[in-house]
Amino acid sequence: MIKYLKLHDDKCVGCLNCVATCSRMYFKEEVPAKARIQVFPVAPGSHHLVACDQECRLCVAECPVQAITVNAKGVVMINKGLCVGCLACVAVCPIGAMRYYPGESTPFKCIACGACVKTCPANALELAEKEDSPASRMPFEVAEAVRKQEGK
Amino acid sequence: MSAFDKKDFKLLAEYKFEPKAVHRGYAMRSLHVDVGTKKATQKSVSEDMKKRFTGGKGFGLKLLWDATKPSTTWNDPENEIVIAMGPICGNTNYPGSGKSLVVSLSPMTGVPIDSNVGGYFGPYLKFGGWDALEIQGKAAVETIVFIDSNAGIVRFYEAPAALQQDTHLLAEELTHAFATDEGTPDAKDLQSVSVVSAGRGADHSPMGLLNFSLYDKRRQGIRVKQAGRGGIGRVLRDKKIRALVCRFSGVHQNLNDAADPAAVQRIGLKLHREIIVNDDKQCKMRKQGTAHLMEVMNDYDLLPTKNHKYGQDPKGPEIASWVWEKLFSQKLPDGCWYGCTMACAHAVDHFLLETGPYKGTKVCVDGPEYESAAGLGSNLYVYDPHGILELNFYCDTYGIDTISFGTMCSFLMECWEHGVLNKDRTDGIDLSWGNWQGAVQVLHDMADGKRFGVLAGKGVKFLAEYFAKEYGADAQFMKDIALHGKGLEQSEYISKESLAQQGGYYLTNKGPQHDEAWLIFMDMVNNRIPSFENKAEALHYFPMFRTWFGLQGLCKLPWNDVEPADNAKHPEPNKVPEHVQNYYELYSAITGESLDWDGLIRQSERVYNFQRAFNVRQGRGQRKDDYPPYRAMGPVLEDEYLAREERYDKQMKEKIGIDPAGKSVAEKVRITREFRLKQYDSLIDAVFKRRGWTGDGCPTPEHLKAIGMDLPEVLEVVNARIAGRA
Repeated sequence: MIKYLKLHDDKCVGCLNCVATCSRMYFKEEVPAKARIQVFPVAPGSHHLVACDQECRLCVAECPVQAITVNAKGVVMINKGLCVGCLACVAVCPIGAMRYYPGESTPFKCIACGACVKTCPANALELAEKEDSPASRMPFEVAEAVRKQEGK
Repeated sequence: MSAFDKKDFKLLAEYKFEPKAVHRGYAMRSLHVDVGTKKATQKSVSEDMKKRFTGGKGFGLKLLWDATKPSTTWNDPENEIVIAMGPICGNTNYPGSGKSLVVSLSPMTGVPIDSNVGGYFGPYLKFGGWDALEIQGKAAVETIVFIDSNAGIVRFYEAPAALQQDTHLLAEELTHAFATDEGTPDAKDLQSVSVVSAGRGADHSPMGLLNFSLYDKRRQGIRVKQAGRGGIGRVLRDKKIRALVCRFSGVHQNLNDAADPAAVQRIGLKLHREIIVNDDKQCKMRKQGTAHLMEVMNDYDLLPTKNHKYGQDPKGPEIASWVWEKLFSQKLPDGCWYGCTMACAHAVDHFLLETGPYKGTKVCVDGPEYESAAGLGSNLYVYDPHGILELNFYCDTYGIDTISFGTMCSFLMECWEHGVLNKDRTDGIDLSWGNWQGAVQVLHDMADGKRFGVLAGKGVKFLAEYFAKEYGADAQFMKDIALHGKGLEQSEYISKESLAQQGGYYLTNKGPQHDEAWLIFMDMVNNRIPSFENKAEALHYFPMFRTWFGLQGLCKLPWNDVEPADNAKHPEPNKVPEHVQNYYELYSAITGESLDWDGLIRQSERVYNFQRAFNVRQGRGQRKDDYPPYRAMGPVLEDEYLAREERYDKQMKEKIGIDPAGKSVAEKVRITREFRLKQYDSLIDAVFKRRGWTGDGCPTPEHLKAIGMDLPEVLEVVNARIAGRA
């Protein structure tokens, strides 16, 4: 299973509570560009939410140092200790969910922690689970998963 | 394979240095290692050295100049191998930023060679606080030099007798042996180690290369990139160095201490995105690497076939890019340094070897890249991908340059075709066109230092003279088809239909390689540089521009193997102006010093002219050193002419002004030859003038002054040459 932040654009009221909460949570300051969730106004009263779907894993495949991995809950995580800050993951992310802030040495992304869910007044955010998609597994990841299962 | 631990290695000497952080791209010091006296010392880099030589290849040449004499030959103890990085090297944001520049007096040419190579060694060395590493002297015993960039330690070890010699095993053994942190012996960080090694082939042949390793976490094995050209691997082995090992852990985004790290990120990310979006529509580097060129070259009659006799063959598609794409493991970040999203360093995994000492084992083959696929493939008339891979693998692990080997072997095969060689002369090896098993046997013999391999490994310059003298071969024919300049074999593009590219290959400081200028499309296909002056301008601009990559520790490929979508709108799209802007902005963001396009070219001009003066100091660098063999300029043989008769007849009529009607083929070959030789002479005149050199190819004191390279020792050399004293 994959744990992820399910986004309901239709319910979003654009209050940006989620953005503020997320930025405070991980950077101890309220800077919208430092949030791992983004809210884009698309029309009056209508918004589009962006956060990692934890599913495509292109960033996992692209990382040259395997700093990006999938944890037991199916969440894509960045190991800051291993990260060399190349931002290849930012470039390869098809929805712009992998984020970086100028001058910060490592990128960041939604890890489905749920902090924002509690502060959303409109139930636009939800911690949910979905089936893992085998198609999203990279060939070398599969090999590693098999090795682990076989206890090698 | 036996496993070694560091304690298995006999420690001969140890030195400690204060690790030094890099500031604005420079450490401002270099490391000198003498393997003869087993001493390591540090030298400081002066502001003047930084200003005039910039870094990378510039530092390498400057240090080599100071360490050697005009009389120094490649195997004198004072000859050095210098590995230098450059200020941009080691940044993780801009694709292609992990190159090391290796400089030495070449066993093939006798003058300085410089070779640009990936792998982790250079950046790891730099992060220990070194802008360059000089290796001098000759060791008494098989030696390993270990540099721990975290701890500031330099150690000399004696290699254990059982240690492997060929790179694919040796680098693996050393990576495991040196991966342990002194403080935390249980945690092995294999990615923190890089090994520089050669192989048994480099023990015997002057075309020996250096492999720079990187540990591939996904494949769980080492990969290697090559400092291929000019025989630096031979120099390493002549010094009895088995390997250089560097360890560094803790790479992060701003180890260069850039003046403006956010700008480095911004410029890098811009190119990352361009590659991700455009690559699949443009060069497919991420899927095919440089092998994407195979069918393009075959289509344009430019893919060397049968020792550069032809540029095309109907069998071309059998080794086309799509064949390699299927063989390469896909969806892997195959960069040779962190953060290179161009990721062209592809490999064929689990390849089963059919010949040689490792027959029956499955290996990872690094490549082939274009030059290897062409040199070991079509040029030998080998269209079996398995044969190319087998040759590629053994060249790498034996430490043999695929380009020199390919060009040498194609020369042998043409000699075989003309009866100059036979089984009596090759110790039983059949060198018919297309017989890769014969070619790989030559390679095994080179590694063993036995039989025909010893002779073959000496390279085409030697062989052409030898076959004429010993076997009575036609001396002029041997000279015509031995594709080398200054002793270095030509790389793998057909240059005969592009005068500008003949200059691109042969009006070079180190010999005919393809890293100075690639003008074939501009010249031959698109006719954008028709006059001698146009060609001379291109043969000034591109070598100068491309020299700059080597000063910075950069790779050339991300410059024009991906282009902005709107690149064609620029008046000079061949220069890829937006990317040039990326480069000088990146330089400024890292070093904090302003630079523009002209300034970039000026940095290169200084080093390029210094290198030319270096050649002059070694008694070379003359006009006569810069002529191609005729095979690189036009059809040598009658059947070669007839194969493209329509083209050559048309040229005779339109360009030479002679009606080919009624003339014999021999006559037409002669007329074409005389014309093309004359054209080349006019090209030399125009190029030397544009470069600020005398008609004999010596930089003038006035030009050196104008570019800020009027150092007393350089002026002394050029003045002596111009006055006829040297």
